[in-house]
Amino acid sequence: MNLYVESLRQMFGAEPRKPGKEDYTEEARKLHEFKNTPEQRAERRRMIAEELAHKKESFAWRKWRWPTIIFVNLLFVISYHFDVQLVEGALTASRVIGFHFADLNSSLQVTLAFKEMLINLVIGTATVAVLWWLVGGRSFCAWTCPYHLLSEWVEMLHVRLAEKGWAKDYQLHRGVRTVLYVVFAVLAFVTGYTVFEWISPVGITSRALIYGTLAGMIWVGVLLLIELFFIRRFWCRYMCPIGMTYAFVGSVSPTTVHYDLSKCLHEGECRKVCLVPHVLEITKKGRATRPQIDIGADCTRCAMCIEACPTGALTFRVKGLDKLL
Amino acid sequence: MSDEANKGNAPAKKPKKRMSRRERERRRALVLSILTGGAVVGLGLAGYYPVMTYARAEDRLRPPGAIEEKEFLAACIKCGQCVQVCPVEAIVLADFEDGFGNGVPHIIARDQACDFSCDAVQCILACPTGALTHEIDKKEQVRMGLAVLTRPDTCLARQGLGFKGTARGDDFPGLHRYIEVDRWNPIRIADHPYDLELCDLCVRECPIKDAIRLEPMSDDPNDKRKTPVVTDKCVGCGMCEMICPVDPPSIEIIPRKKYGEA
Repeated sequence: MNLYVESLRQMFGAEPRKPGKEDYTEEARKLHEFKNTPEQRAERRRMIAEELAHKKESFAWRKWRWPTIIFVNLLFVISYHFDVQLVEGALTASRVIGFHFADLNSSLQVTLAFKEMLINLVIGTATVAVLWWLVGGRSFCAWTCPYHLLSEWVEMLHVRLAEKGWAKDYQLHRGVRTVLYVVFAVLAFVTGYTVFEWISPVGITSRALIYGTLAGMIWVGVLLLIELFFIRRFWCRYMCPIGMTYAFVGSVSPTTVHYDLSKCLHEGECRKVCLVPHVLEITKKGRATRPQIDIGADCTRCAMCIEACPTGALTFRVKGLDKLL
Repeated sequence: MSDEANKGNAPAKKPKKRMSRRERERRRALVLSILTGGAVVGLGLAGYYPVMTYARAEDRLRPPGAIEEKEFLAACIKCGQCVQVCPVEAIVLADFEDGFGNGVPHIIARDQACDFSCDAVQCILACPTGALTHEIDKKEQVRMGLAVLTRPDTCLARQGLGFKGTARGDDFPGLHRYIEVDRWNPIRIADHPYDLELCDLCVRECPIKDAIRLEPMSDDPNDKRKTPVVTDKCVGCGMCEMICPVDPPSIEIIPRKKYGEA
């Protein structure tokens, strides 16, 4: 089983595949065997019990991530209203100290609809692609997207409501995002309108913050209400084509969340908090085919799993950085 | 359910029941996915309605250099960089109600016209996608629409009347660059009162040379009445519409209209 192909399969909406015997490396097989000894199982149970007794929610990464989202979006607002010209434009396209930046998905929609691509847009798109390739692709979602932040806060509320039975948690098929991705791409090309852009909650929220165009926030509000009462992380998890565009970029990114099988207790705290838990399927007991694995394409690098993991089995890693330093 | 009752059921039945529950959940997930996904696509397509009805090409005055309306909506990446560079903040972004035009810039000339205070066409230079075409670089080349005397009866000049005071009242926030006052910075129109024997504001403040002039309405030298005449030089910037002291304005921009077109 090729882990890269598997991560793309999952990104398109397929259920994670159970690895076959031949997929395991010798080292991983030995580790799983070792973990399965009665002493080790007892030891793990003891450690989990102890850890759950002293459980405390960690904000180790969120205390950086939330301010980052706010800071980036505030840069846009400040640049416009105080005319400091650091980041002009909106999240769909901007100029950062004079350099063109263009959101990959907006750029794609415009290019499909307009069927031309000016050099400025090519430069802006390439710059953004390289930038987000470096830092992890869907890290755009977790570290920049203003809708993601709203949705995250609503999710915290949703979890509490669901505990009390006031909110449902319906599941959807994740393949719906792939279908929407294709449908919106085809619609842009065929109709010649950027159909997705008018309902994109990311563009809407970004422009509402910067230009005060608030009517679109009604739609964003509807989405948040759906997420609050019916479907947890409805938009980010199941719908958003922007997330998929950045997931493509992230699939080959050097910046990843890294999994260490030897440290893992397999209790599943990480999967509970994850926006895209299918990428963490390998943390289930017996699933990791290698002792060290980089988490797949769909991962937003939000670090919620890193915060939730009591043993440090999940960490950030930048491939090649250790060799560079 | 007690354990014993569970045992009573044949063990073969148990996995079958679990399968059917999973199956039910899967089916519900699938149906919900189709419904919600369909709703999102449906809403997406609903963006057609505004651009076909109340937000058509002739309803929105687009910024200088805007290419043909449908292509303009396609090419515009909805970022508002044109909004940000405009010194008089003439350009505003449409909101959700514009459908496919959501986030696309336009100008409400009566509130704040484009008066080319920027001297170049900054909005065109700012546009990253060419929705505002980079093929033009002078204000004289712009064709946003055409000024039309839509209410000739109310025009002060046509009645031989003068004008005294602030063109749009003392509270009007609109800006205009009066070169004789400040070469570089636009000031409030409310801070620039007039005292005119015959109202010629549309001609006086037009930023384009020879785009509009006043012509006598008769050969009688005692007849003070004059009428504004728009020429093929008009770029449709809307300055005349903004400055017109009559309310509603006697002269207006018809977006996308070309000179000589009916």
